[in-house]
Amino acid sequence: MSGQAPLIEVRNLSKYFGSVIALKGVSMAVNAGEVMCLLGDNGAGKSTLIKTLAGVHKPSEGDYLVDGKPVDFDSPREALDRGIATVYQDLAMVPLMSITRNFFMGREPTKGMGPLRRFDFKAADDTARAEMHRIGIDIRDPQQAVGTLSGGERQCLAIARAVFFGAKVLILDEPTSALGVSQASMVLKYIVQARARNLGVIFITHNVHHAYPVADRFTMLNRGRTLGTFGKTEITKDEVLDMMAGGKELQDLSAEIDGMAARI
Amino acid sequence: MIENTSAGMGAADAPPVPADERLRRESSVKKALGRPELGALAGTILVFLFFGIVAADTGMFSAKGIINWMEVSAQLGIIAIGACMLMIAGEFDLSLGSMIGFAGMIIAIPSTQYGVPVWLSILMAFAGAMAIGYLNGIIVIRTGLPSFIVTLAFLFILRGLTIGLSRLLTNRTLVGGVKQQAEGDWFAFLFGGEVGGPIFVWMAGHGWIGTLPNGNPAVSGIPMVILWWFFLAAMASWILLRTRYGNWIFASGGDAVAARNVGVPVTRVKISLFMFTALCATVFAACQVVDFGSADSQRGLLKEFEAIIAAVIGGTLLTGGYGSVVGACFGALIFGVVQMGIFYTGVNTDWFRVFLGVMLLIAVIFNNFVRKKMTGGR
Repeated sequence: MSGQAPLIEVRNLSKYFGSVIALKGVSMAVNAGEVMCLLGDNGAGKSTLIKTLAGVHKPSEGDYLVDGKPVDFDSPREALDRGIATVYQDLAMVPLMSITRNFFMGREPTKGMGPLRRFDFKAADDTARAEMHRIGIDIRDPQQAVGTLSGGERQCLAIARAVFFGAKVLILDEPTSALGVSQASMVLKYIVQARARNLGVIFITHNVHHAYPVADRFTMLNRGRTLGTFGKTEITKDEVLDMMAGGKELQDLSAEIDGMAARI
Repeated sequence: MIENTSAGMGAADAPPVPADERLRRESSVKKALGRPELGALAGTILVFLFFGIVAADTGMFSAKGIINWMEVSAQLGIIAIGACMLMIAGEFDLSLGSMIGFAGMIIAIPSTQYGVPVWLSILMAFAGAMAIGYLNGIIVIRTGLPSFIVTLAFLFILRGLTIGLSRLLTNRTLVGGVKQQAEGDWFAFLFGGEVGGPIFVWMAGHGWIGTLPNGNPAVSGIPMVILWWFFLAAMASWILLRTRYGNWIFASGGDAVAARNVGVPVTRVKISLFMFTALCATVFAACQVVDFGSADSQRGLLKEFEAIIAAVIGGTLLTGGYGSVVGACFGALIFGVVQMGIFYTGVNTDWFRVFLGVMLLIAVIFNNFVRKKMTGGR
C-alpha cells in the first residue's frame, strides 16, 4: 500500500477481562478501498476485537491508530465521529418504524426555528429513497415499516445509513449469516460497491463462499491471537476454509462419519 | 444534508428518483387501515350511532348533555395522552391515579390550611408531581426493573402518603374550601374556569340551546378541562409525529438498545415522559380540585388503568414503539360517551365495567393483529 497510512490499524492489541485473555498481541490493518475479512471460530475474539475497534471496549495493551495517529476512544460515539461505523447483527433498526424514521434515527434533519423546529420529512424521505436507489434497492414507499422489508434489504439499509452518515470504515458483523442465497448476494454486491467508493470494510463471516469472492485480505483469529493476515493471492479458498471457523472440526466430522459408514 | 461519501462511483450523484411506478395509489380507505387510530375511530362512530338511537330523547345530545360527556372524556383524555406517550416510549406509569390524589392534596392543603395562594399551590403541585415522575423514571432506568413494578410501588406509596399526610395535617381525608380561596385567582381560573359564556347566552337567546327556569342558558360555558384536553392532544400529537423528539420516543419504545446504538438519548426521553405523565395527572387534579372546590385522598382511584385502556383502545401497543395520541383521545371519548350514555339511558352502571373489559379485549386482539402485519408477514 503506497505509503499512505491505513484507515485503521491495531498493533499488538491485547484485551483482558479480569483473568480472561480475550485478545493477545493482535495486529491488523485496513486500508481505504479494501475489504478485510475477519475469520475465526466462536470464542476466537472476533466480537471483542470489533467492539474494541468500535470504541465499546478500551484495549488493555497495544496501540490503536486511525489514519496513522493513536486514538483512545471513550465511547462508540467517538469512534463514529471518526468515521468508524459498526453494523451489528441486530442492525439497530426498529421494525415498527418507517424506513425514513429508521434511516435518520438519532440524526433527524430538521427545519424551522425554536418551538416550531420539526422533522423535515420531505427531505428525509427523498434522501432515504435516493440512497437506497443508489445501491439498487427500489423502495416503494419510504414511509413503509422496516418490518415489511426483506432481511437483505434491511441489512443494506443499515449499511446505507452508516455510509450516508460519513463512515470511512464499515465494520460488518456477520451481515450475511441469517440470509438466503439471493439476499446474501445483494449484501455482498453492496460490500463491493462500498469498496469501490474507497471505504475500508471489515467483514466478519463464517461462510467462506461469502468471504472469498469479496475479500482482498483475510485475518484469521484463533483463541485470542492472530494466525496471520493473508492476501487473496497468497491463499486458496480451501486453505481459507481449513483455517476458518470449524474447518478442522468439519474434516474430523466427515472422517468420523466415513468411519461410521464403513462400520455399518 | 451534504453528501458525505467521496467519489469513486462515477455516476454516483443520485439523480432525483422518479415516483415509483410500482407504488399503487392506494385508496384513502386502505391507507387508513394501516393507521393506529382506526379501531378507536370505528368504535367512536359505533358508540355514537348506538346512543344516538337509544338515548336520542334523553337529553344526552342537548347542549348540557354534550358538555357533560365531553367533560368526562376530557378528564380521562388528559391522562390518556400522558399514558399513551409513555407507553409508546415503552414504559408504564401505574402511579398515575395516585398522583392525581397526591397532586390534589398539594393544591388543597397549603391553600386552605396555610394561606398559600392557590396559584402558588398549583405550581407546587406541578413541581411535586413532576419530581415524583422524575424519581419514577430514574429508578426505572437505573435499576433496569420493569416500570410496571416500580410504578406499582409508587401507586401504593403515593396513595398512602396522600391519606397519611392529609390525616396528619388536617385530621380529614377530604379537604374542602378551595373554591373561596380560588376566587379571583386567574391562574386557578385556567383550570377550574369556564369560557364562552356570552356565546351560550346568545345561543340561548335564539332558542338554539335550552334554558334554565331562571332564564340563564343550560350551559354556562365550556369547562377549561375540555380546552386543556384539546391543547395537550394537539401539542403531544405534533411532537410525536413531527419532531425529532417524537422520533426518539418511537425509537426508545421500539428498541431501546438499537436507539442507543445510533445515539438517541433514550434515558432522557423516558425520564422526560415520566415527568410529562405526572404533568398530565396534575392538570387533571388541578381542574378537579378547583372545579369541585375540594380534594379527596381517594381521587384518581383506578384512573391509571382507565388511561392505559383508553390508550390501548386508541391503538397503542402494550409493548411500545407504536401508537397514536389521537387514537388515545378517541379511546377516552368512547369512555366518556358510554359512561354518560349508560347514565342517561338509565341502564344499571354495573354494565359499564363489562363493556370496558370487552372493549379492551377486542382492542388488544386487533392491535396484535396489526403489529404482526407490520413486523412479520407482508
